[in-house]
Amino acid sequence: MSPNAAAEAKPTRRAWLSWLLGTSLGAVALSILYPLVRYVLPPPSAESQTGRVLAGRRSELPPGSGKTFRFGAKPGIVVATPGGEIRAFSAVCTHLACTVQYRKDLQHIWCACHDGHYSLEGVPIAGPPPRPLERYDVAVKGDEIWVSRQQG
Amino acid sequence: MRSARSAWRFLDDRLRLEPVVAFLREKEVPRHRLTWAYFFGGLSLFFLAVQVTTGILLLLYYRPTPEAAYESVEFVMTRVEFGWLVRSVHAWSANLMVLSVVVHMSSVYLMRSYGRPRDLTWWTGMLLLAATLGFGFSGYLLPWNTLAFFATRVGTDMVGKVPLVGGSLLRVLRGGEDVSGATLTRFFGLHAAVLPLLAFVLLGLHLLLVQRHNVHVPPSLREEARRRPGIPFLPDFTLRELVVWLIGLALLAALAAFRPWELGARADPFASAPAGIQPEWYFLFVFQTLKLLPARILGVEGELLGLAAFGAAAVLWFLAPVLDRASRRGEPSRTATVVGLAVLLYAAAMTLYAALAGRRS
Repeated sequence: MSPNAAAEAKPTRRAWLSWLLGTSLGAVALSILYPLVRYVLPPPSAESQTGRVLAGRRSELPPGSGKTFRFGAKPGIVVATPGGEIRAFSAVCTHLACTVQYRKDLQHIWCACHDGHYSLEGVPIAGPPPRPLERYDVAVKGDEIWVSRQQG
Repeated sequence: MRSARSAWRFLDDRLRLEPVVAFLREKEVPRHRLTWAYFFGGLSLFFLAVQVTTGILLLLYYRPTPEAAYESVEFVMTRVEFGWLVRSVHAWSANLMVLSVVVHMSSVYLMRSYGRPRDLTWWTGMLLLAATLGFGFSGYLLPWNTLAFFATRVGTDMVGKVPLVGGSLLRVLRGGEDVSGATLTRFFGLHAAVLPLLAFVLLGLHLLLVQRHNVHVPPSLREEARRRPGIPFLPDFTLRELVVWLIGLALLAALAAFRPWELGARADPFASAPAGIQPEWYFLFVFQTLKLLPARILGVEGELLGLAAFGAAAVLWFLAPVLDRASRRGEPSRTATVVGLAVLLYAAAMTLYAALAGRRS
């Protein structure tokens, strides 16, 4: 080996060692960070496979009234129109996800957080809501009001 | 490179870091055949850092109520990704931290490094040891499993034996007459708020004092330390310490992976205590001693006498810098060494005895 080659070999070996050191430190850091990130992300909450939910009873819902109910992990709202028709929607406001309510005096659905108004079709009529409320299917069996997600 | 330099200048202008760096550059750690003992303080610090990190992570899912505590830990262990790893690392690191702290304390004692001016360092260290044991004792209850429940009942019951104020102390500690949800809330607050704050203040002082006085070289090793060149603190000693930390991390990872920490059965306050119930290993020497004492000694309750003896021993141990006058002059003292060795051997032997007895039962 010529003296020149030896001089060149030295920095190469050094570079090799520091590459090894760098990558193993990187590997250690990654093997700590990866589990941490996965840990911080919560596991998917056990989404109750809600097919149909008993939202309430006709007897407690006279025409021109409404009530919220639990639909899986989220609130829903069931209203009886002044005409006596039963309709159900998601109660999550499409603006910033507050829970909406039925306003007897206005005779439509209203969100208290930012004064959003929805018609009894769930369509926004005033205020900031950008989209209609999700509509659910309603089946009335005797006194019971059953609500399910719309098919299709 | 240029941006690093300008960032440094920005910080140095405002924080005046130059003298600190100059100090650390000049600092040397003495080199002699017991230099390895100097690494255990840093190793304890490493385990503490692991505890803080994993502890904060556990806080993301843990719920400190008797109805939800066990279930939330179970959730972490079974549903959260790498939850088993985080909790196992937390539990294992707690034990390794106690072990490292005990080795650190023993080596400091046996090298008799507590003499003035390092007496304050010793006292902050002893308080940190107490905080560490407090962390262990309070954290043990948090998963609300059977073992934890009964260990806490027995452990707190001892406090009730203190003359005059025992009853009140017991109620303060338990948040009521018995170990209940109120105890869990208190222990959680202690474990996650009070002790961390206390430990950080003490640790800051402890580390500052260590820097101020550097490590101590016992008289018998001074000749060797003078002959051999010191280890520059930056970067040599720091890099070595990092290697020790890496070994600690590898040990933790291996233990957590191959021996995940068990959760046990949910605590039932009205069930009987299961057989073979024991506290954590670092309390075993007290536990075993109290078990061996007769019910009455010279008309006094044996348990009470035992606890009084342990209390007195702890106070004497704490006061070592005052009691061992030779240490103040930096002179060796055979008495201090013999007493220290006897105490450490006694604790080690009792721990071993209790562990073996526990395994048999």
